[in-house]
Amino acid sequence: MAKFYTKEHEWVEMAGAQATVGISEHAAHELGDITYVELPKIGKSVKQFEALAAIESVKAASDIYAPVSGKVAAVNQALDEAPELVNQGAEFQGWICKLEGVTEAELGALMDAAAYDEYLKGL
Amino acid sequence: MELIFEKSVSGRTGVRVPLSDVPKAAPLADAVRRRDPVRLPEVGELDLVRHYTNLSRRNFSVDTNFYPLGSCTMKYNTKVTENAGGLFASCHPMLALLPGGDKLVQGPLAIVYELERQLAEITGMEEVTTQPLAGAHGEMTGIMVIAAYHKARGDQKRKYVIVPDSSHGTNPASAAMAGYEIVTIPTAPYGDMDLDLFRQAMSDEVAAVMLTCPNTLGLFNPHIAEICAIAHEGGALTYYDGANLNAILGKVRPGDVGFDVIHVNLHKTFGTPHGGGGPGSGPIGVRGDLVRFLPTPRVVRRGDGSYGVEDHPEGIGRVSDFFGNFGIMARAYAYITLLGREGLIEVSEQAVLNANYMMARLKEEYELPFDQTCMHECVFSASRQLEHGVHAIDVAKYLIDRGFHPPTVYFPLNVKEAIMIEPTETESKQTMDAFIEVMLEAARMAKENPERLHQAPVTTPVGRLDETRAARMQQVCCE
Amino acid sequence: MGYCPNTPDDIRDMLAVIGAASVEELFAPIPADLRAKSFDLPPGMSELELMRLMREKAASCGADITPFIGGGIYDHFIPAAVDHLSSRAEFYTAYTPYQPECAQGTLQALYEYQTTICRLTGMEASNASLYDGGTAVAEAALMSLRITDRHKVILDGSVNPLHREIVTGYLHGLSAEAVAVAPDGCASDLAHLMAAIDDETAAVIVQSPNFFGSVQDFRELAQKAHDHEALLIVSCYPIAMGLVASPGEMGADIAVGEGQSLGNPLSFGGPYFGFIATRKRFIRNLPGRIVGETVDHQGRRGFVLTLQAREQHIKRHKATSNICSNQSLCALRGLIFCASLGEKGFGELAQLNYDKAQYAKSVLGAVRGVDLLNDGATFNEFTLALPKDAAEVVQRLLDQGVAAGVPLGQYYPGMERALVVTVTEKRTKDEIDRLAALLEEVLWS
Repeated sequence: MAKFYTKEHEWVEMAGAQATVGISEHAAHELGDITYVELPKIGKSVKQFEALAAIESVKAASDIYAPVSGKVAAVNQALDEAPELVNQGAEFQGWICKLEGVTEAELGALMDAAAYDEYLKGL
Repeated sequence: MELIFEKSVSGRTGVRVPLSDVPKAAPLADAVRRRDPVRLPEVGELDLVRHYTNLSRRNFSVDTNFYPLGSCTMKYNTKVTENAGGLFASCHPMLALLPGGDKLVQGPLAIVYELERQLAEITGMEEVTTQPLAGAHGEMTGIMVIAAYHKARGDQKRKYVIVPDSSHGTNPASAAMAGYEIVTIPTAPYGDMDLDLFRQAMSDEVAAVMLTCPNTLGLFNPHIAEICAIAHEGGALTYYDGANLNAILGKVRPGDVGFDVIHVNLHKTFGTPHGGGGPGSGPIGVRGDLVRFLPTPRVVRRGDGSYGVEDHPEGIGRVSDFFGNFGIMARAYAYITLLGREGLIEVSEQAVLNANYMMARLKEEYELPFDQTCMHECVFSASRQLEHGVHAIDVAKYLIDRGFHPPTVYFPLNVKEAIMIEPTETESKQTMDAFIEVMLEAARMAKENPERLHQAPVTTPVGRLDETRAARMQQVCCE
Repeated sequence: MGYCPNTPDDIRDMLAVIGAASVEELFAPIPADLRAKSFDLPPGMSELELMRLMREKAASCGADITPFIGGGIYDHFIPAAVDHLSSRAEFYTAYTPYQPECAQGTLQALYEYQTTICRLTGMEASNASLYDGGTAVAEAALMSLRITDRHKVILDGSVNPLHREIVTGYLHGLSAEAVAVAPDGCASDLAHLMAAIDDETAAVIVQSPNFFGSVQDFRELAQKAHDHEALLIVSCYPIAMGLVASPGEMGADIAVGEGQSLGNPLSFGGPYFGFIATRKRFIRNLPGRIVGETVDHQGRRGFVLTLQAREQHIKRHKATSNICSNQSLCALRGLIFCASLGEKGFGELAQLNYDKAQYAKSVLGAVRGVDLLNDGATFNEFTLALPKDAAEVVQRLLDQGVAAGVPLGQYYPGMERALVVTVTEKRTKDEIDRLAALLEEVLWS
């Protein structure tokens, strides 16, 4: 299934009742060299657009918000040792976590890739 | 340069420990005894002296370089006040808290009391406490006083503190430490907190609004009295961040304007040395009906002219162990006494003159986002240089190569590529001219040879350092 | 008089460039009705007059009193090199090392300081210092709340009462709770402390040596805390670390303390520095500045402020603390003090404090009617039970030029006859013997 994006530059990709979440390539570029990703605790429940995780570069820190509601089922443990994976592939190997119990209905509040590109042009 | 630990040679000693004149005691019980000695460097005294003398030479400082670091007031620290502050080195603070001990420490108690009176007069507040140990500590103490005030009135619903987006990060952080949620108000095109948005944000849930005046752009806030009035109308108190007090000594007193609580940075306005990042001192002053919430203890002057220490039962408790950073307070007291009324007024006048001169001469080449008379500092943007790929940081690093400490860069956050210059009153026109020439040279170089700016600094012991690596490696002590 | 160097000619030229007719015109942005209503200060004076005035004040600062008082602040010997080196203007007139290339002196010194603190406390990561001992304990408490996401700390009653007041004040605003556990005589009540730990507990805070001078083994307490995923915070006296088991050895997760005794003069209460150190895994939860090692583009070693994304200038209200400065110069003094003594000297200094205090214990304990209250081990402080009100005794001995100790009544109701006596390496055998004689006299004549 395709990726959907938030205005805060998170992406989500659903596969059934599970979703993978990360930050967009654009956000990773804006932050610069990522030095740390504060991963959520497994089992944590979040509502759509609530703070889920946090990410830091040398000169900036920002929250990562949940693009959809759900419960944290897995986290990308590799980021603990190698936060630079987010710079290398924010929308691939740099994923942040997986949420379970998600519903497609919430995707309506997000942008598809084309809409997100348009949104970025307007920034 | 090697670390002192890397210079260690087993068996070498620096200072001799005094010989014992008592019998050796039975050993400390095993269960509480340290297993291995503390691994400290073993160096001779000369090695030690060379190491730290040579380390010191890797620093820029006010005594060696012009240091126009905006918002930090890096003025010259007079030497006589250093001597004065050192006179109290052997005075144990616990003496003041012993029964009958206050009569032995009348000198330092008098200084605490008189400094509090001096600061109250300078800022127009009713009373001052010197207990907070730095500016941010003062902010937190001040917000705790505000919280105690609302609580005493039974007004429990106030949970927000308002700050402008241009504020120092310590403002929201201090309010959060005191348990408040933060509402941030954007800056309006006229360079100050947006008055309409502020009005909308005010409600009976707002405990306080925190402002810096002059603001972090170095401008005197035109709506300052109005903001205070709106806050008071809504039942909130007003907090004055004294970071920029150096601009207005004898000209404006926050208390007269309508501020309820203020803090003062003695290490900025009152000429005490910055010490490489501390110690500072952050006394707070309050209006009359807040005095009862000040921290305990209070130094008082009794009817017979002697000084004593009293508990302050309604206060917020203790925010530091004793009376504050006394050594710094004694220096500030000496500074105020040395300069006197006229001297302090001259401080602000010359600080403002110097900043406006700097602004007038640099605005041809550097973008000035708010082109109006400034107070003690001015904020430029390197946006024109950015067209050539040169950032504020590149200009800053080039200044280092030319022997000047850079201004503050990338603050305030509401100016892109900010370069914030605060010359202070103690710099001469000639020193500023030399600095201005290098700034203009950097602007030319941005157009002609930006690569040179990107490479800077090249004259320092190390070049630009890899901060990403530092943050990822987290190597914060040696093995 | 404001140390302003510009001459009338300079000022005239500068005003011409600005396009202003007078300096006063530059203050035009300030509305007339906001101008200062008063600025009533005396005229300035010369250096000579100032020093005369300051010396007058300094004449009454208790300099001729022989101190047997501590209470967290100690009268230790300071090697001459500490004053000389820390007085280098390149150190004391610099500011925060925001531009690392021209601040390697401060940065490397702080890195060495952090290493020293780790070694003293047996921990793995130190920050670049905090304000003082009391606020360091409070910051450690807040740090434990962040790490555990809990809202309760257990505060041992034998922790310095001044520090406990600060902790309580800091926690109050955050709606977090400090549960007090009263001491058992002069010792931490380990049984009650352990019983108080539950799954809601963020940390247990103890002190070593404690306010009464007692030294205890906290290993079992650490284990119990860890069983509940709570932390152990140990506030320690750095000079004692030359002899007494470190917080790290005891199983602490956070070590804090007052750094004054490391090369900083008494100076009527400050400036001093607080220290805080922890396990590497908690480094991101540390408050304040941290210096880290790195390299430049040529691979040369250098030092920078690091992990700044924790701090207020980036994270604003979500920062780990509001603290902006550290006590750099005081920390530098601490570092030079430790490096002057070295491994062997530091151990000898601690031993000397211990020996002198043990001697004082035996001499003072032999005074008629005086009992020693500490059951177990002590370092350089101990608590005496007097046959009279201790505050009264102290007051009478002050008239004889001796500060005999800190009477406990004002901090521990019911302990009005108890006195904490401190004996550093600076107290001579003669001074100790004189204290015993004076005590005998005050108690019985």
